[in-house]
This record gives sequence, C-alpha cells and structure tokens, in this order.
Amino acid sequence: MNALTMPIADGWTIARRNTLKIRRSPDLLGSAITFPIVFVLMFAYVFGSVIHVPGMSYREFLIPGIFVQAVLVSAQVTGYTLTLDLQKGIFDRFRSLPMAPSGVLIGQTVSDLLMNLASLVVMAVMGLIVGWRVHTAPHEAVLGFGLLLLFAYAFSWFTATVALALRTPESFNNIATTLSFPLMFVSNAFLDSSELPTPLRVVAEWNPVSTITQAARELFGNTSTAMKTADAWPLQHAVTASLLWIAVILVVFIPLATRLYKKAVSA
Amino acid sequence: MSDAITAEGLVKRYGEVTALDGLSLSVPQGTVLALLGPNGAGKTTTVRVLTTLLRPDGGRATVAGCDVVGDARRLRSSIGLSGQYAAVDEHLTGAENLEMIGRLYHLGARRSKARARELLERFDLTDAADRPVKGYSGGMRRRVDLAGALAADPPVLFLDEPTTGLDPRARAALWDTISELVAAGSTLLLTTQYMEEADHLADQIMVVDHGRAIARGTADELKDQVGGNRVELTVTDAAELETARQILARFAVGAVQTGPESLQVTAPVADGPESLRQVLGRLADAGVRVRDAGLRRPTLDDVYLTLTGHQASGTDPQAREAIR
Repeated sequence: MNALTMPIADGWTIARRNTLKIRRSPDLLGSAITFPIVFVLMFAYVFGSVIHVPGMSYREFLIPGIFVQAVLVSAQVTGYTLTLDLQKGIFDRFRSLPMAPSGVLIGQTVSDLLMNLASLVVMAVMGLIVGWRVHTAPHEAVLGFGLLLLFAYAFSWFTATVALALRTPESFNNIATTLSFPLMFVSNAFLDSSELPTPLRVVAEWNPVSTITQAARELFGNTSTAMKTADAWPLQHAVTASLLWIAVILVVFIPLATRLYKKAVSA
Repeated sequence: MSDAITAEGLVKRYGEVTALDGLSLSVPQGTVLALLGPNGAGKTTTVRVLTTLLRPDGGRATVAGCDVVGDARRLRSSIGLSGQYAAVDEHLTGAENLEMIGRLYHLGARRSKARARELLERFDLTDAADRPVKGYSGGMRRRVDLAGALAADPPVLFLDEPTTGLDPRARAALWDTISELVAAGSTLLLTTQYMEEADHLADQIMVVDHGRAIARGTADELKDQVGGNRVELTVTDAAELETARQILARFAVGAVQTGPESLQVTAPVADGPESLRQVLGRLADAGVRVRDAGLRRPTLDDVYLTLTGHQASGTDPQAREAIR
C-alpha cells in the first residue's frame, strides 16, 4: 500500500467501525433524527399557524432550514462520540498500529457523512408528509442534496476540531449547545430574516446557515417572488457563496483538526 | 543472541516532572523483561516511548531494529501493544474488534477475518465472538485486547499492566495465556506492580523508581538481594512491641520494620519456617502475647524498601522512620 491509498483504506476501516457503533447505539442515531422530526412537527403545526411568509406555504419555506439544522445536530452527536473515544485507550491502539495517522479523522468524517445521508432521507420523507414539494428539475434537486451533504462533510471537520480542542464530552456538549442555538436561530432557517431588526438582520444575512439554507431553497424551488430579497452578497449568490463557505471550512479545519489530533493523542 | 529492544538514557519530562531520568534497558530476542514498580515510577512512559506513542526528550531506543523516532512507521508493523486500559471498542463485537485491528495492520480483508476467528478460538472467546464487547467481563476484555496485540503475529510484544484490576482467577488465566505466547518465542516487555507476576512471567526483572532502573536480575537474584521470606508478627499490647522487635531482630537478615499503629513487626529471615518456630518459642518464653504470626513472601513494598529505602505505595513518613 502506498502513501495515497493507505489513508483511504484505513479511513474506510475506521468509517466502518464508526458506522457499526452508531448502528449499535440507537440513542445516538435517534437523537440525530428525532430532534429534527420534533422540529418539523413543532414549527410546521405550532408556529406554522402563526408565522406567515409572503407568497408561499410556511412548511415549504421551513423544510430546507430543517435540513441544515439536522446537519448541525448530527455534527454535535459525532463530536461527542469523538471526545468519548479520546477518553478511552482506543486512540493509543490506533497510534501503535502501522496505519495512516490521517485515517482516523478521514474515517470519522466519512461515517458522519453516511449518518447525515440517513438523516437527510428521513427528513425529506418527513417533509413530503407535511406538504414540502420540490418545484425544480430533478438534477437541481440532486444538486440541492449534494450541496447539503458537502456542507455536512465540511462541518464535520469543524466539529472534529472543536471536539479535539475541548477533549471532554461535558465541555464539548456545553460549547456545542451554546454555539449551535444562535447559529440556528439568528438565520433565515425558520424565519424571513428581512423582518429582523437591523443588527440581527445583518448577522443573519452573513450567517453561513442562512447561505446554505437559501441555496437549498433555490435548488428545491422553495422560494417566493413575493418575498423581499436581501441585498447581502451571500444571499444574492447563495449557491456560489455556499461553495465558498464549504471550501473555506475545509481549507481551515482539515489541517487544524489533523494538528490537534496529533497533539491530543500524544499527550 | 541479539537484542529485540534496546534503550539508552531515555529522558522524558512533563514540565517540572521528570518521568524518565536516563533509563536504559535491553531485552534479548525471545526473552521476557518485566518492569516492576509502583504507579508513577515511569513504567508506562517507557512503554509509550518504545511503542512510538511518545517522543523521548533525550536518549535513543530501537525495537526490532527500528529507531523509535526515525523509523516509527516500520517499527509499528513489528510490535503488538496491549495497554493498561483495555483498548477495545465496546459497541463492536469481539470478532469485529479483531478484524478491524487486522485491517489496520494491513493484513487484507480476508486474512483479517480469518485471523480474528483464529485468535478468538485461541483465547477461548468463540462463544462470545459475535456479542458486543460491552457485555464482556473484565477478564474477557483483557483477552480481546491481548488478542488484538497479536493480530499481526508481531515479533515484539508490549503488555502494560496486563492484569491490573482483574480478580485472582482471571489473573491466573491470563498468566497461562501469556506464558504460552512466550513459549512460542515472542520477545515480551511487560510492566507490573506485582512481584508475583514478574516472578511468574519474566526471565529478567528490572525495578524502576523515579524514571530510573535501580536493580536488574532474575527473580531469584532480586529476592536474594531483598531477602527471602518475611516473618510478620502482630502483638496484642503496644507495650510489648519493643520486646517482640528485639526477639525478631536476632533472626532477621535485613531491616526490621515496626508499625506502632498496626502493632506489627516484620523482618526478612534466612530460614522461613524454622525461624518462625524459634521466634514464636522465644516470644512465649518472654511472655509476649501474639495475636497473629506468619510467613509471607517479599512484596513490591519490601523490594522497594530494601532497594530505595522508601515504600512503594506513597511516602508514608511514619513507615520510613520505622526502619531501623
């Protein structure tokens, strides 16, 4: 095996292990899927009867936002499992083996991706049940799901970095909750952000969650001409801006996570 | 015979704390060396340096001809490590754990699977093979972990406190397994806090203290240095402790320890049962009432006390003062 195939082969072995782990602990899979389901139902039926978006049904507006939220929630679950691994001796075992050191994080992020794919399928079915529809050509819808999965993969590297920096499950959970709530709610995921007061509106418009949500809405055709369009560049060019965000996250956090992994396991 | 493991002047510091202070060792091929010492002596740090998990701050070491720093990747193909905390995945079955390790040794998918079954059979885990490790007992987990270290049949093995925390039966069973491995020709470095374990498994024992080797030899050689059996007496009345000490001192071949709190007097003696009989006779003549009396083999504490002048378990000033 050479320097190029080894990280991939070892990454695949680790991804298989993580996938088995997730399958054996339904609580992990469950919390990544039930949380967004509860959100679909709550927002669609409780807030949906109060919140109105101009020119379209709130539920159609909502579902792309729920897709992005599901990515954030499942990232928290996998970050948590990474901190649990760190506390046990399993990384010592990995490091004493002739495997590629990068294999562990490659495996971790690939298994995250598989879990996100599963969660996205459940969300989409749930969405179709409550009245969400795709109004664009099939290839655009496929691009929409592809973009969400790309974002999910990039976000895993960010989560891995945070998990490796904090190292304990407790502190990871605290930080993850504190970070993900404003990220989720100061955005256009659940609300029309143009209705927010100016400071919050500016934050929401530049929030990457808004960018990805907007791109998904465009690719699935869940937009309305009756809605005010934001002037902010990321929302004007949501697909391009999403790809840029994804690229930036990968470029920054792949090397950072790799460095932290080496530091975390040799201490 | 060439050395499978060599280390020269290893140094490892953590801030102010010096974990390894110029430790050197060598393990000839096909032999077993036990590092004996209490927590914090530097045993685990030594294993971590030799298995490339830690970079030493000074000194050099080779395992199976590979340098621990310069040739780490190749070195890892030649070693198996089983740690102090069983490094197995709870959610995976025994078979899945071993297959994963085989794949990470790059044995290939089919060979990894076959090897996992082979090892499970050898370690008497066939019945539990397809159950998640979560439901295994402590002894079974250790066996899976040990089996993992053997996945690629490596020529050099490292076992870090393989039986710590196991009940006596599981410990004895694991000793048998390790003895078989060694008989098959592996080179083994193991760490332990138990004199008895080192005695049972190792060709050579190295006593480690404050990151340095303070004695090395076979179990018998060390025991000669430390003294053989101990007579241990417990008196009923504190006032008679001094008399008991004086009587025992006549038979002692080393330092007599007294414990004013526990009312105990202990000393190494040359001829175990005979010495005990005579000590008891003298005590009876002197009218000293004895609550308990017996012979015991030297413990790690005794080895430490003799070789370093301090006790293995912590630094109890009273215990130190009591050495006369």
